[in-house]
Amino acid sequence: MRILDPTRESAPGGRPLARRRLPDGQPATIALLDIRKPRGDVFLDELERLLAERGHTVLRTAKPTFTKPAPADLREEIASRCEAVIEALAD
Amino acid sequence: MELLALVKHDCPVCDQVLPALDQARRQGAPIRILSQSEADETEAQARRLHLAAVPELDPDLELSSRFDPDAVPAVMLLDGGSETDRVEGLDRARLAELAGRAGATLHLDGLPERRPGCASLTRDPVVAARLAARAARRSGRLRARELEIGELEDPFEALFDRGFSDGLPVVPPTPERVVDMLAATSRDPQDLVGVVAPYDGEATVEKVAINAVMAGCPPDTFPVVLAAVEAACDPAFALLGLVSTTHPSGPLVVVSGPLAERVGMNSAGNALGQGNRATLTVGRALQLVVRNVGGGKPGQEDRAAHGQPGKLSSCFAERLADSPWPGLAQDRGVPAEETGVTLLAAESPRLIVDQLARTAQELASSLAAGLEWVSHRRLRLAFDALLVLGPEHGRVFRQAGWDRARVREELFVRSQSPAGELVRGAAGIAEGIEAQLITDPQAQVPKFAAPERILLAHAGGDAGLFSMVYGGWVAGEIGSQPVTRSVAPWQ
Repeated sequence: MRILDPTRESAPGGRPLARRRLPDGQPATIALLDIRKPRGDVFLDELERLLAERGHTVLRTAKPTFTKPAPADLREEIASRCEAVIEALAD
Repeated sequence: MELLALVKHDCPVCDQVLPALDQARRQGAPIRILSQSEADETEAQARRLHLAAVPELDPDLELSSRFDPDAVPAVMLLDGGSETDRVEGLDRARLAELAGRAGATLHLDGLPERRPGCASLTRDPVVAARLAARAARRSGRLRARELEIGELEDPFEALFDRGFSDGLPVVPPTPERVVDMLAATSRDPQDLVGVVAPYDGEATVEKVAINAVMAGCPPDTFPVVLAAVEAACDPAFALLGLVSTTHPSGPLVVVSGPLAERVGMNSAGNALGQGNRATLTVGRALQLVVRNVGGGKPGQEDRAAHGQPGKLSSCFAERLADSPWPGLAQDRGVPAEETGVTLLAAESPRLIVDQLARTAQELASSLAAGLEWVSHRRLRLAFDALLVLGPEHGRVFRQAGWDRARVREELFVRSQSPAGELVRGAAGIAEGIEAQLITDPQAQVPKFAAPERILLAHAGGDAGLFSMVYGGWVAGEIGSQPVTRSVAPWQ
């Protein structure tokens, strides 16, 4: 029996890991992206404190709503100003 | 001029005409005889009739499809490959005349003057479907990749193994079945219906048809499925978030309009339940498109903590004949004579019983109390709801002369509660509104962001003083908004 493929016929390409790790011990600019879930800010506040203790600069950013992807402008801002990003997930 | 004769092995009329055709050919007449049957069947027929030569075969019924006779024997008169005349079945005078125009003589003495032929093999439903599928592939109407299921594989098990199923058996989407589904719409199979989250799969009409076949859709429901997929892919519906949320909601399809009944949907007793193929398969087809074209699978992209049975299929048709107001889709812009679908991000439906209310005011208060518990009584403004009035509840509002706007407004007002009852920690319940946001504990806090965020539909059986509530997912601009589409463009 022959059937027709019900899928989009494109195996997920996968996402490569970051090409390089941040160098140990060197200060960096790190974005904290709040996805706007309740209490996500509590988690991020603590992360910001820990990062600042280690000499990193933190850029606090947030998605307009957790229900939708981050807007392109926000992604561009993070990519251009930061060397790493930490996205806070809740639930 | 030449003659082309199409025959088959199990046709007694072919048996009567074939010897005359064979004899004329042997004597040099320009006659080509082709059999629609298999090689061994054709050889056996030639032996049985003592033919001088075994008829040629018609591989894949290519010439039979081209000339497309209703019956065989079919004798065509060709002029440079183009047909100028034909005789189907046995008609001695016409056959003799046709042969004469090709310079041949047919010896038909002793045969009946007229006898109807047998159905051409191309008229066999199974063969016709196979030929239609081949033609669709050749013409580019079918472009999806073909997958082979091994002879030793059970096709139903194979579809589970390949990850195409939602957990229940699916109908194998053979090219023949998909072509049959595609015939239910005037749209080109390669038209784009929408881009489906989470992986932005392109849902062409063809891809939706494949999934509709798997869902078990009767073909006449296919335009409804297409409209539902189009609605689900509207960015306002926020399908990506809906697929990936931990919340149990999924897409609910509400069908409003005359097509619902014509395609066999049930809007009366058990309208939201089992037993109706059209309703269940429309909802299921949409979910299979999300799974297979969009790529959203439970436990992977779909992170629902519990899910709910409606994520297999969630669809119902509105009962409009005795509804207190026009259909949901019509209220949202679809012309009255058309059928529309409205998609909502919704949980499982839940019952509200009120068997005692006899006035519209009493009933509105009772239903509002039920609506307050969507998600949690203390969660305000974030969730919409769809209230499906049963006919016995709908009658109360109809007799009171309350239209849709009035009922919404009354439900909006009556589902407010004092802030002091909703504050975090009150009555030992942690969930609630932050205390710092409350200045007056007696201030009334609406449950819903606006009256129009309470959607109303009408469906169900004649008996039962019940209504049903579908709670929504995160609503409005920060979440998912209901999306309505007319079915007409997809018919």
